[in-house]
Amino acid sequence: MAFEGIGASVKRREDLRFLSGRGNYTDDINRPGQLHAVLVRSPHPHARITGIDTAAAKAAPGVAAVFVGADLAAENIGGLPCGWQIHNKDGSPMAEPPHPVLAIGKVRHVGDPVAVVIAETKAQAKDAAELVSVSYDVLKGAPSLEAALRPGAPLVHDEVGGNLCYDWHIGDKDATDAAFAGAHKVARLELVNNRLIPNAMEPRAAVGEFDTMSGDYTLYTTSQNPHVIRLLMGAFVLHIPEHKLRVVAPDVGGGFGSKIYHYAEEAIVTWASAKVKRPVKWTADRTESFMSDAHGRDHVTVAEMAMDANGKFLGLRVHTHANMGAYLSTFAPCVPTYLYATLLAGTYTTPAIYAEVKAVFTHSVPVDAYRGAGRPEASFLIERLVDQCAIAMGMDRVEIRRRNFIPSSAFPYQTPVALQYDSGDYVATLEACLKASDWAGFEARRAAAKARGKLRGIGISTYLEACGIAPSAVVGSLGARAGLYEVANIRVNPTGSITVFTGTHSHGQGHETTFAQLMAAKFGVPMDQVDIVHGDTARIPFGMGTYGSRSLAVGGSAMDRAADKIIAKGKKIAAHLLEADAADIEFKDGKFQVAGTDRSKALAEISLTAYVPHNYPIEELEPGLEETAFYDPKNFTYPGGCHICEVEIDPDTGVVSVVNFTAVDDVGRVINPMIVEGQVQGGVAQGIGQALLETCVYDADGQLLSGSMMDYTMPRADNLPNISVGTSVTLCTHNPLGVKGCGEVGAIGSPPAVIGAVVDALKDHGITHIDMPATPQKVWGIINANRPRMAAE
Amino acid sequence: MYEFTYHRPGSVADAVKLLADPDARAMSGGMTLIPTLKQRLARPTAVVDLSGIGELKGITVSGGTVKIGGMTTHATVASSADVAKAIPALAKLAAHIGDAQVRNRGTMGGSVANHDPAADYPGAVLALGATVHTNTRAIAADDFFNGMFSTALEPGEIVTAISFPVPEKAAYVKFPNPASRYAMVGVFVAKGPAGVRVAVTGAGANGVFRHAAMEAALAKNWSAAALDGVTTPVDDLNGDIHASKEYRAHLIGVMAKRAVAAAG
Repeated sequence: MAFEGIGASVKRREDLRFLSGRGNYTDDINRPGQLHAVLVRSPHPHARITGIDTAAAKAAPGVAAVFVGADLAAENIGGLPCGWQIHNKDGSPMAEPPHPVLAIGKVRHVGDPVAVVIAETKAQAKDAAELVSVSYDVLKGAPSLEAALRPGAPLVHDEVGGNLCYDWHIGDKDATDAAFAGAHKVARLELVNNRLIPNAMEPRAAVGEFDTMSGDYTLYTTSQNPHVIRLLMGAFVLHIPEHKLRVVAPDVGGGFGSKIYHYAEEAIVTWASAKVKRPVKWTADRTESFMSDAHGRDHVTVAEMAMDANGKFLGLRVHTHANMGAYLSTFAPCVPTYLYATLLAGTYTTPAIYAEVKAVFTHSVPVDAYRGAGRPEASFLIERLVDQCAIAMGMDRVEIRRRNFIPSSAFPYQTPVALQYDSGDYVATLEACLKASDWAGFEARRAAAKARGKLRGIGISTYLEACGIAPSAVVGSLGARAGLYEVANIRVNPTGSITVFTGTHSHGQGHETTFAQLMAAKFGVPMDQVDIVHGDTARIPFGMGTYGSRSLAVGGSAMDRAADKIIAKGKKIAAHLLEADAADIEFKDGKFQVAGTDRSKALAEISLTAYVPHNYPIEELEPGLEETAFYDPKNFTYPGGCHICEVEIDPDTGVVSVVNFTAVDDVGRVINPMIVEGQVQGGVAQGIGQALLETCVYDADGQLLSGSMMDYTMPRADNLPNISVGTSVTLCTHNPLGVKGCGEVGAIGSPPAVIGAVVDALKDHGITHIDMPATPQKVWGIINANRPRMAAE
Repeated sequence: MYEFTYHRPGSVADAVKLLADPDARAMSGGMTLIPTLKQRLARPTAVVDLSGIGELKGITVSGGTVKIGGMTTHATVASSADVAKAIPALAKLAAHIGDAQVRNRGTMGGSVANHDPAADYPGAVLALGATVHTNTRAIAADDFFNGMFSTALEPGEIVTAISFPVPEKAAYVKFPNPASRYAMVGVFVAKGPAGVRVAVTGAGANGVFRHAAMEAALAKNWSAAALDGVTTPVDDLNGDIHASKEYRAHLIGVMAKRAVAAAG
């Protein structure tokens, strides 16, 4: 048998079904008697609904029901809740306007759902949906931050003046102002963090089913966190007690954050299934995905760094406006605050930091966490600003980073913006990446490119992020309306095989492999003796799901704790069988052994004894071998590292080609290097997508111009270089596995390296920054407007 | 999609009869029509699938002319040794249309009859001075395209074949739209029996067009350098989120030079 322990690149066991088309996704689920739902959505960014006539639709062939917002309101159905409350500078709570499941009175973005048509077939539902006649009084829309903040801008919610959701801050303003007052130089940067549309390969889908006998509801849905959906939808929207509501998230084809949130369609199919007394299915088409999946990012920021004469950072000042979209999505308010501004120290010793964030409602799709969630915004800002600092000081980009790194001797390191980093070695990841990328040899490659008529540039990012979300008490004090522990239940079956029930959820991450590898190593059994179960609230204990690179750090730690409980109990059983003291029993390589002897019992013998307790310490010990652990992390984890990117620009067309990409990340202990590499590769692909290709475009009124794959530039294989991935490890000090998380580092670390490379390539064209995405049109515009100065000029 | 009647006639004559219904639509490869139907943007009474008509398929080369049946797929053109030998630029163009699935379904006749402003084939037809054959007549390329998604075809008229005079030199270079990968700007240059011709696709607000200034410059001096200083007026160009009119005008110059260089 090949080595499959910790550190082995075991092939992903789930891939056999995924790659052979035998996954079981939500849209693959068809329940007996199932009906099909189609949503009628607003074509307008902003309009008053003056009437909805559903008579013709209700009379159409095959139609079982048509519902509008008033039908839900009549049954006291709640709005979609927000899971995080931010407080303003003055201590007052953020504006939290209602988010009706189906629009009531007004529509606030293109795609806002207005009515649902339920019919025997999807085609009939589509036909009838065209017969729903909605009368609109069309109003002016304000889809962008700029438009929504303009004096006299149309209000997204009449009760929210100035469209301001909150005005929040963090850090020490006075200390920061003092740092600037004494600065030798100040570097300043204005930037836009572009709006992204997630586009998981699998569109969202939901099937609701109501058992008229038991009164039980089941929702099959494309979710990253089925228990969170059960809690939010049951308690706040549909008022279904938890024991009557089962949520199943089967195979899910990518999430990237967009499948964390509780969406209207989940509530609609669940509620409607009881109304029509038949299962109801909804599957988004790609166009709906563009206009109804929560979008990501969309910041406008001004940042300044104060430096002393040696280029040491003295103070950082940041002003950010964040677009929330038309309604507050589940975790939207925490993204530009506690997942963003708390990261502004980055890997540097900046002693004073002050950040202000204003969140703004606009006539656009709600914006929420998207791979990295707040941390890509922070790393992009910091790393781009550090490059500006180097320019302002006339220093090398690498040297200014070295001068300001938090030294590895300084951990644990308390930043001025709340977080305490536990471990890291930024010089180690920097050196490894400089070497792997041949940074020193770059100028020769630049000259060779120039001889071929290409502009070559190199960029670097020495980023940090916080993940492994999160200590419950800490996030609770910051406004989270949920705990963020994780749970594992381990059942050692009578003949020794092991079933692990986890509250995390895999939607591409390879949990079925990594967790099995982890548990097989812990119990000293082959991997094929371990199964991982997730995604069904009827099977797993109450867990919080997968996002924020938390599954291994938090969920894996819960598994480790539960396994410790199993082993502790096993020792007692073994002590009984071996007539020894439990304190003398060692567990190693799948055997309970009396220390210093060859007397031992295998795990399977212990489990059989536990379930067939004929010779068993029944007075002191319960039968069975099954344990549960809830693990609440003590801190965030802090992966970081160095990404170096090289690009070549065709000056005739403005096309940017990424020709080299090197990542060296510290993700803590690595369980499966192949899976880590895959996660980093995917993250970097998304980072390159954001930096060069992707952007959501609304016109001035709020019509979505990038509403299809014809217009929204998803990264493709030929946009991507061979991405070199390495790791340089320091262990997390506060979780039992020493792991940090790898799901988001690629998307967090890469965009500033890519843009840094583009700017470096264009350094003779009069620019020091370019906003993402650096499209051919934009780059050509710069080249065309700023022809390089000739030596004679 | 809405319901329609599906026909798959075995001859051009039968197809023409079925297309007498003004609300029927002919379908060749369906690479535009099927997505349009799926998005409910078209509601034909009938779809007349031309794929069963054998006489519309095939490639013949004779007497300095390459004649390609309307229902010949892009993949067939791309892999044809005869086309590659006679007009390599045409085979190369076909090899870079869409993706493998599109090339295996999409047809030359369908592409030309549809006259999508971002399609590749119209550039070849116009620059090579091809002749479009239909069930009723032969139409010169210069008379065929008359505006975006518009051609000289009468209702019910079917493109049966296109014949291309073999040029002395020809090349096609395109700048794909970053998102859709359709031609954002494509320039086909040719020197041959029809003279020096430059056709631009992807960029024009009225579809494919000939670039008179470039033709004049290249007629005097067939070289990329001859195009230095030759500009393209922006008035009749498309502008969108991926490329302004000005950027398209610039790219026409770059693609044209690259095409001339590639043609040798």
